[in-house]
Amino acid sequence: MTVRTAELLMAIVTLLASIGLMLKVQSEGLNVGWVEGRGPGSGMWPFWLSAIMALTALATLIRWVRRVTPESRSTEDFISRDTLFLVSVSALSILIFLILIHYIGTYLALMIFMLFYVRFLGKHSWATTAAFVIGTPVFVYLLFEVGLTKYLPKGLPIFEDGFLVIDNLRYEYFY
Amino acid sequence: METIFVSLGAGLLEAFEPLNLFMIFAGCLAGLFVGCMPGLGSVNGVAILLPITFLVPPTAAIIFLAALYYGAMYGGAISSITLGIPGASTAVATVFDGRPMAQQGKADQALMAAAIASFIGGSVSIVLFTLFAPPLAEFALKFGPQEEFALMLLAFATFVGLGGDDIPKTIFSILLGLVLASVGFDIISGRPRLIFFDMVEFQRGIGFLVLAIGIYGIGEMLWTLETTSGQVTMHKVKFTWARMLENLKGIGAYINSTWIGSVLGFFVGTLPAAGATPASLMSYGLSKTFSKDPDSFGKGNIAGVAAPESANNAASTGSMLPMITLGIPGSPTTAILLGGMIIWGLRPGPLLFTESPDFVWGLIGSMYVANVVTVILNLALIPVFIRVLAMPFTILTPIIFVLCVLGVFATTDRMFDTWIMLVVGIAGYLLRKLNYPVAPAVLAIVLGPLAERSLRQSLISSQGDPLTFIERPISLTCVLLAVALVSYPLVQKAMRKRKKKLA
Repeated sequence: MTVRTAELLMAIVTLLASIGLMLKVQSEGLNVGWVEGRGPGSGMWPFWLSAIMALTALATLIRWVRRVTPESRSTEDFISRDTLFLVSVSALSILIFLILIHYIGTYLALMIFMLFYVRFLGKHSWATTAAFVIGTPVFVYLLFEVGLTKYLPKGLPIFEDGFLVIDNLRYEYFY
Repeated sequence: METIFVSLGAGLLEAFEPLNLFMIFAGCLAGLFVGCMPGLGSVNGVAILLPITFLVPPTAAIIFLAALYYGAMYGGAISSITLGIPGASTAVATVFDGRPMAQQGKADQALMAAAIASFIGGSVSIVLFTLFAPPLAEFALKFGPQEEFALMLLAFATFVGLGGDDIPKTIFSILLGLVLASVGFDIISGRPRLIFFDMVEFQRGIGFLVLAIGIYGIGEMLWTLETTSGQVTMHKVKFTWARMLENLKGIGAYINSTWIGSVLGFFVGTLPAAGATPASLMSYGLSKTFSKDPDSFGKGNIAGVAAPESANNAASTGSMLPMITLGIPGSPTTAILLGGMIIWGLRPGPLLFTESPDFVWGLIGSMYVANVVTVILNLALIPVFIRVLAMPFTILTPIIFVLCVLGVFATTDRMFDTWIMLVVGIAGYLLRKLNYPVAPAVLAIVLGPLAERSLRQSLISSQGDPLTFIERPISLTCVLLAVALVSYPLVQKAMRKRKKKLA
């Protein structure tokens, strides 16, 4: 895909998104005009701003046709093969990290994420990998759970129960 | 005048409290670190670390973040000079002459000049800040909702007029931020708005921090992965105390550029769209114009290192001025600071000086201290940071991703927001690749709720008459300035066309 195609697609997506926002405000039955005796309706702000957004997207489209912007003239690859690999692997790994948090909890997900990134993407030695796989969860526990007193997601009940051992230890010895 | 000194004294005392002093050190170190890592700038550091600052009280938190902002301006020079890659966008201009100097084996002189210039830039602008802030805040006390709205209009107009990006794309970015800020319950009528896919989670709205971390944490990291994946060569730096003292004597060669950069940086920094990057570029250009030897610029002139470095430090302090006094951030970084202040329960704007003087003067006092601390830490730790620069990205990236995910979760306690963050991050990356500016969107998300409220308040009080914005002198001035700024690129274009025709 060239930058020119990407620019066209993005202009279309932004145009559709702006129109979608306008329709959304309409479908929620919000007043987009003046309410007598009350002032501006609650839909006025998002509706009219989305309308101008649609106009700017249209302007980008027109500029694409007339080849005004540098992006609409460029025939380079939008994403080269190398970057596509690096960027998509990174984005996917965060996606999988988030999914794993739901099921096996933050800490196990964190260890798998670090293992994947440091060992398989970074190709660091096993010693470095081990340090990060063990070090990050400990650091995160101390920072978020002890310091900021947050209860990070622990996943399915089995994993949550398993983690109680650590919390019990902490409350037994430190409080 | 006297009251300023009294308050400043109290602020300095507050900055020396053990916790706050520790925060200054920690912030400067963190700032130097994010500044010198290519691809990470002050805005990324502030966005990613803001959730963690809830550990400490607000004053200590803002001191930490302000010190980080400050330190990042120093740190940017380190990689600009030794790697030839700007450590942050604010240090782009430092590469022009820093790189050739390093190639000539004068990296230590360049680093020293950068540190001294940064120190002078920071000092000049903090003094200007102290002098300007109280009167400006007092003046702003007279502002009603009309003036508030007109001022925000002006802030957004600067992006269109001075941002230098594609104009339809800039406006799109601003509006997208403003519309996304209105998701959730409407504060005036209490009705739910823009509940996408009828998901209950959207009723609480989209937190600004979720968007900021999405854009500056995830999106920008993806962008960095792409731009810095290649191998780079690092220049050796000989750094000893004796050489440093010797380099100090060469200050005469760049002192004039430093003064120009400092004052220019402060004033450019106060403009929302301009900030530190254009300030440093303008300062570089100016000192080249005024130099006796303009041809040597770009070939390793030490003044070409000092000018941008003094300007970006001055601009970082300058951008705090409108944030503290008017509640309008002067840069993306201060936009995030402003959002943080709202989370801490403070109301940014002119009332801050009367409502929470401890907070404001503590911050100002800390900037004086941070300036001194950073220049010392910077010079002492240059060898360490050069080693840090050699750290492979596969170590830093996963840590940043983890901090983003958990930081977002920690601010709202909802996994839902981490999903939004990821979506925003990927969207931000794609938009950025097509040269849609993302900074206006972040500013708009923070200012969105305030802008909408002030617009509706003024319209309600004028019973729907939009002329209310041009009937009051201050808001009229702002509106006129905004109109002028928006039409500036059009006029410029028309003039260029006319010139072409004549020629």
